[in-house]
Amino acid sequence: MEHTVLCRNVSKVYRQDTVAVQALTDVSLEIPRLDFVCLSGPSGSGKSTLLNLIGGLDRPTGGEIYVDGNRVDQMEKGALAELRLRRIGFVFQAYNLIPVLTARENVEFVMQLQGVAAGERTRKAREILKEVGLEDLENRRPGELSGGQQQRVAVARAIVSAPSLVLADEPTANLDSKTAENLMQLLRHMNREHGVTFIFSTHDKLVMEFSQRLITLRDGRIVDDVRRD
Amino acid sequence: MTITPRLAWRNLWRYPRRTWLTVSAIAFSAMLLVFMITLQLGAYDMMIDTSLRVFTGEMQIQRQGYLDKPQMRASVPAAQASAARLRQATGLQAIAVRANGFALASSGTRSYGVPVIGVEPAFEPRVSTLPRLIKHGRYLSGDSAQEAVLGAALARNLKLGVGGELTLLGSGRDGSVAATVLSVVGIFDSGNPELDRHVVEIPLRTFQDVFSMGEEAHAIVIAGPGMEQIKQTEARIAALLPAGQGLVLLDWEKLLPGIKQMIQADMVQNWFTYIILIVVVTFSILNTFLMSVLERTREFGIMLALGATPWRLGGLVLLESVLLTLMGIVLGIVVGGGIAVYLHQHGFTFPGMKEIYAQFGLPGVIYPKLSFASFTLGPAVIFLFTAAAALYPALRIRKLNAVEAMHAV
Repeated sequence: MEHTVLCRNVSKVYRQDTVAVQALTDVSLEIPRLDFVCLSGPSGSGKSTLLNLIGGLDRPTGGEIYVDGNRVDQMEKGALAELRLRRIGFVFQAYNLIPVLTARENVEFVMQLQGVAAGERTRKAREILKEVGLEDLENRRPGELSGGQQQRVAVARAIVSAPSLVLADEPTANLDSKTAENLMQLLRHMNREHGVTFIFSTHDKLVMEFSQRLITLRDGRIVDDVRRD
Repeated sequence: MTITPRLAWRNLWRYPRRTWLTVSAIAFSAMLLVFMITLQLGAYDMMIDTSLRVFTGEMQIQRQGYLDKPQMRASVPAAQASAARLRQATGLQAIAVRANGFALASSGTRSYGVPVIGVEPAFEPRVSTLPRLIKHGRYLSGDSAQEAVLGAALARNLKLGVGGELTLLGSGRDGSVAATVLSVVGIFDSGNPELDRHVVEIPLRTFQDVFSMGEEAHAIVIAGPGMEQIKQTEARIAALLPAGQGLVLLDWEKLLPGIKQMIQADMVQNWFTYIILIVVVTFSILNTFLMSVLERTREFGIMLALGATPWRLGGLVLLESVLLTLMGIVLGIVVGGGIAVYLHQHGFTFPGMKEIYAQFGLPGVIYPKLSFASFTLGPAVIFLFTAAAALYPALRIRKLNAVEAMHAV
């Protein structure tokens, strides 16, 4: 089977002064293409750490991580930035849009980094904003949008450059249950329609219901891995 | 348009008051520099022009080596005829011949060694302001008149007044005794102690007779049509110099090297002050840039996570600094330039300045010099300093870790 993500015996130790904190211990997992995976577990279980390591935002202390066959844990900074730019989309808990750019410009930003021509950028951004239901709000800045709308912009930004993997760290944490449900439906739609693998973390049971596969972490270890489809 | 310039521009206006304050600081220093530099260059031009107009002229034709070793024998042959040819060929009328000698000037029991200068009374007023600075009596009347004018201090020292008799005793070009008695017809007060204490002017023909010079003299003085055209005039005159006579054309920088040195020293001193001003402004701008970067740490973390390179983010910060600085500089050039243009037309003076300057035959009004360099030199230095200041926060971004930055408050 073709894997989007492959982790082998990944561990991560954070050092705070003289104290070592074991965030992940010997984590191994394979995530096939087009999977819609939920990482669950209590706070401090290692969900965000694992997402950061897969996304190349942090380096593991041990083990190997592959994304689309590229060994992430040994990549140079520049190559990692390029990998994130071309192959990985991010959705963060706090939306994390650039406040001085409009919804459309936020979506275009990643494409500009990729070197997509201006006309093409605008066309694609409008298309994806229409798909997430924000076609009438493209010229609004984040401060003029609700939390749910901002998160939809963040999803549009993550998906617009056609990555093979989207990592979403507690994407519904700041949303009410109705908005969270709508967002999860949108992510599932993107997963199916755009052929993108999704890995998201949550401790919200409602959100977990949407996943194809539920991986549970506790104290930095995978304690359960259930396929639900 | 790409998003980066839009992003940079909008980032500047997140805190409009802070941006305006920084722009104002840059604009004020740019305005001050434009105004001060144009005024300074205008003052230099006035100083040069005034110094040259008093006596030296903008350039002189002399015998090679005369400037360093002024010997009577190092003369310009047929000087008056050459000067007449130059006037005809160039159309310049401010060309006059001078001969220089040295004599013991006596009156009664007092004697002083003084330079004696033979001048053409008809042309000398065109190259020198001394004839107009006669405070008592009049200037020389004709080429062969047995007359002399002398500086006020020398006249005082010799206890001579208009109508008095001045005895000159020196040696001529051929080594013979050069002696004459001349009537003092005028006393000048130039404000220049060197001239007022030492110089005696007599008509050229009289000089040539007394000092056995024949048709020869020591300098053809040229006062060109203005400082702006001095280089062109120099080239035209140089092309007309007769070959084979060992003559050279010397410009004012060679004739009065002291003025250039004084200007250079003054420039260094002024630039020292300007640099202090620029450094103070630079530190305030550095503070703004640093705050702007620190408060956006989280945003930079997001951009890094999305795939932006630290270089690109550093470029964004630099672009913001360039935009900010350019706004200030443009504003400063417009205001400072406007003041300079106004003063260029109306002149800069302060109460009492005219009266003080008038004593020395100076105009007492400074006209700022308008040029591309005087408008842009100061602002360009500000630009370089602020760009350098922006490098520090831009380089700090390279050390950011995306995960840590995203968790920054």
